[in-house]
Amino acid sequence: MTEHLDAIVVGAGHNGLVCAAYLARAGKKTLVLESAPGPGGMAGTRSIRGGYHFPGLVHVAYPFAPGIRRELELDRHGYAPGAPINTTSLAGNGRHLSFGNAGISGQDVPRADADSYPPFRNRYLSFARAMQPLFDSSPPRLKETPFRDKWTLMRLGWNLRVKLGRDSMYELLRVAGINMHDVLSDTFVDDRLKGAIAAEAILGSAMCPRTPGTVLTWLQWLQGALNGPLSIPSSGSMQALASAAEAAGATIRHRAAVRRILVEAGRATGAELASGEKLAADLTVSGVDPRSTFTELVGLPQLDAMFGNRVGQIRGSGVVAKLLLALRDKPAFRGLPEPELGNRLLVAPSLRYVEHAFNASKYGEYPEQPVLDIAIPSLGDTDLAPAGHHVMSVNVAFVPYDLREDSEARKSAFTKRVIALLDEYAPGIESLIVEHQFLSPRDIEADYGAMRGHWHHGELSIHQSFMLRPLYGAAQYDTPIGGLFLCGSGSHPGGGLTGLPGRNAARRILELGKT
Amino acid sequence: MTIAPEHFRQALQRTPFHDRFVALSTTEDWMSWNTYKVARVVDKLSTEYFAVRSGCSVMDLTPMEKYRITGRGACAFLDRLVTRDISKLRPGRVTYVVWCNDDGKVIDDGTLFQFGENDYRLCSQHHQLDWLRISSTGFDVGIEVETADVAALAVQGPTSYSVLDAAGIGDLQNLKPFDVATRQCGRVPVTVSRTGYTGDLGYELWMNRTGALEIWDAIFAVRGRYDVCPMGLSALEMVRIEAGFIMPGFDFNTAGSTIRSGYDRSPYEVGLGWAVNLEKGHFTGRRALLAEHALPAERRLTKIVIDGNKPVNSSLVYDRQNGMKIGEVKAATWSPILKVNIALAELELRGGRLSQGMWARIEYQRELQWHATWARCRTHAKPFYIPDHRSETPPRHY
Repeated sequence: MTEHLDAIVVGAGHNGLVCAAYLARAGKKTLVLESAPGPGGMAGTRSIRGGYHFPGLVHVAYPFAPGIRRELELDRHGYAPGAPINTTSLAGNGRHLSFGNAGISGQDVPRADADSYPPFRNRYLSFARAMQPLFDSSPPRLKETPFRDKWTLMRLGWNLRVKLGRDSMYELLRVAGINMHDVLSDTFVDDRLKGAIAAEAILGSAMCPRTPGTVLTWLQWLQGALNGPLSIPSSGSMQALASAAEAAGATIRHRAAVRRILVEAGRATGAELASGEKLAADLTVSGVDPRSTFTELVGLPQLDAMFGNRVGQIRGSGVVAKLLLALRDKPAFRGLPEPELGNRLLVAPSLRYVEHAFNASKYGEYPEQPVLDIAIPSLGDTDLAPAGHHVMSVNVAFVPYDLREDSEARKSAFTKRVIALLDEYAPGIESLIVEHQFLSPRDIEADYGAMRGHWHHGELSIHQSFMLRPLYGAAQYDTPIGGLFLCGSGSHPGGGLTGLPGRNAARRILELGKT
Repeated sequence: MTIAPEHFRQALQRTPFHDRFVALSTTEDWMSWNTYKVARVVDKLSTEYFAVRSGCSVMDLTPMEKYRITGRGACAFLDRLVTRDISKLRPGRVTYVVWCNDDGKVIDDGTLFQFGENDYRLCSQHHQLDWLRISSTGFDVGIEVETADVAALAVQGPTSYSVLDAAGIGDLQNLKPFDVATRQCGRVPVTVSRTGYTGDLGYELWMNRTGALEIWDAIFAVRGRYDVCPMGLSALEMVRIEAGFIMPGFDFNTAGSTIRSGYDRSPYEVGLGWAVNLEKGHFTGRRALLAEHALPAERRLTKIVIDGNKPVNSSLVYDRQNGMKIGEVKAATWSPILKVNIALAELELRGGRLSQGMWARIEYQRELQWHATWARCRTHAKPFYIPDHRSETPPRHY
């Protein structure tokens, strides 16, 4: 222990970096400790042998919130959202359908859907906008509500009642608790469109289109759409966050895995590294998922029994595997025009297909027909692969964390199955594969330390949202351990590449420091 | 633990001593204690009371909840569970403990026995398995319910040492208060602790239920030489108030049993502040108790002496006659040995202090006619009745 630190941030994931940057800007001497050699956590660049680089687990994202971009001067540090892309729902017969902010395009688009899509999208964007105060701020306390939280509720109320208007507010209240299947079935006729929007809404969660509350999950995802168009995150975006944090005065130590958060007399006093080195700080902020933070880094004996029990009950099992493919040439999808290849490509041809893919995961089985979410980042950034080569990133849903039969043989058979399915849409792709890597939720847990390999550090369901995220007793970023804060996706407003939990946590820390 | 196949036909469970009580009972005055059928009064309340205070009483303790706690993490688990420093307990010793929920409200109290390294027994009034299980996550600990398998008797009163000696449970002269040791009664092993709920000299006997009657019979075999009196729960209620012992769930609501917020109580509020060690490291409720401790207390369960002899059960307490309500009586009895009216009352504090004046409004009946009167109350710091012989080692031999 050499120098005095104001704050230690555990994990250089995007939220950890955002939090560290805000703390450092406020004059806190901040140290970020990261086990990996590079920044970004699950969104950090991931490479496979032969010079192929992937944007980690996150291959499509919306831009960071304008406030964070501005306040941390991210653009000055090299942050730039990727080129805008649309989403394409792939059809087995090669007659695909694409949609985005502009509307629907593609083959055999039903007239009715073409007409109803733009108002539908605008309506849900307006819902997302109305709810923005809730996602943007700390979750309001309902007991002994401080003025700041009353202000959040007032803005929310104003948005719902006045900005949205009575009829839209009623519609939002009607749909917020129901499921995507019903909403989409009421609105559209085209299976490709319904399947793809449903997949977009639930990807990353252990939910199917019929799961109650999935509309809310989608509205959470649409929060990002308020910041700008969908894109493939550029490879430098995590480095930009790290640079912004460092420019603000924070230090980032890579290959420094935290083994333990040190607690004395109910207060966090710093962190102990895997090497045994101990670092003392007034504040410790964990970007690690809440369950791992409390059970592994802090230890349940340091917590009250019922709180510890609730920690054990945080729900969230990863259901998305990742298949990374290094390709010797640009792949071609049957019927897909060249300019659309850079889109987010979804294999979710109908609601029924998505529902069935999910069913298998409920019983601990690999799906026969998985939902695929495909991106080819090397189309926009040729540095990601050797000249002429490409990298393809595939999210494979639904692959359960708890498999009834978990063996290497089953895993490689399933990988073959996914590649064969890809080959049905992109004939010949199998022969282009130079190298591949398949990451099951268990592999994701092992590589990134996220609880049960869950993207969002805990399910984005209504009972784990807002003032219940990640759990009662730690929903305001501070925890029962004095001086210990949470800043990761496990905290409100949750997962996705938003930086909001990190910023909210920093605000809360600085606010508590004031009083 | 074995469960009889037709157990559900029996509304209340029987303890191993049940037949002996049936044989001795003249009142047939039974009640339910923790789902067991036990005597309220066996023969005569006054006889049973005076047996504790001047002879030897025997009470069936089997319905007490008993948990065996073992494993490498047993000490750490218990230290996180209860408010006292358990690392200071030693094998062969017993301690009084209290445990709280996250909000620092009392869940229950009880006695903790340490038999050996990583081998403990926790006895409590109320069922605790769920809370113990919730508290055990993250600890290498085994928790086993022993309630039905371990029979227990409380042998209490000034002659209890002599009675046990005569009954063949000897070599207890060096057993100090809160010591526990294993003895032999004939062929039957029995664990003897110098503990009790009466405030008198006394022992608690713990045995396998199969040998329980041999021990009972050995004790009652000396009835000719000593006054050995089976006792019910009514006499216990009188002596425990005299001894100043509290009963969670009766004198105050336990955490988790209340519907209304603020109706449960912290250790400080029930006079157990002395049993809370905020310095020992983390335990469940510590954070809440730390915060509470920093503020002036709002109420406290207090021992009071009331003028006169009218029964004050359920009376309200006022700061003056026809004044403002400042509390209520939670448990009360006439103390035959002290010849005073005593009670445990929950009293409101102002700025951490008790009101100067204190009057109980007593409503009482005379030949079915209700009357009301005022009686002056005074607080009493120590237990009402503390005889010297309670803690003498070796105890006097009779």
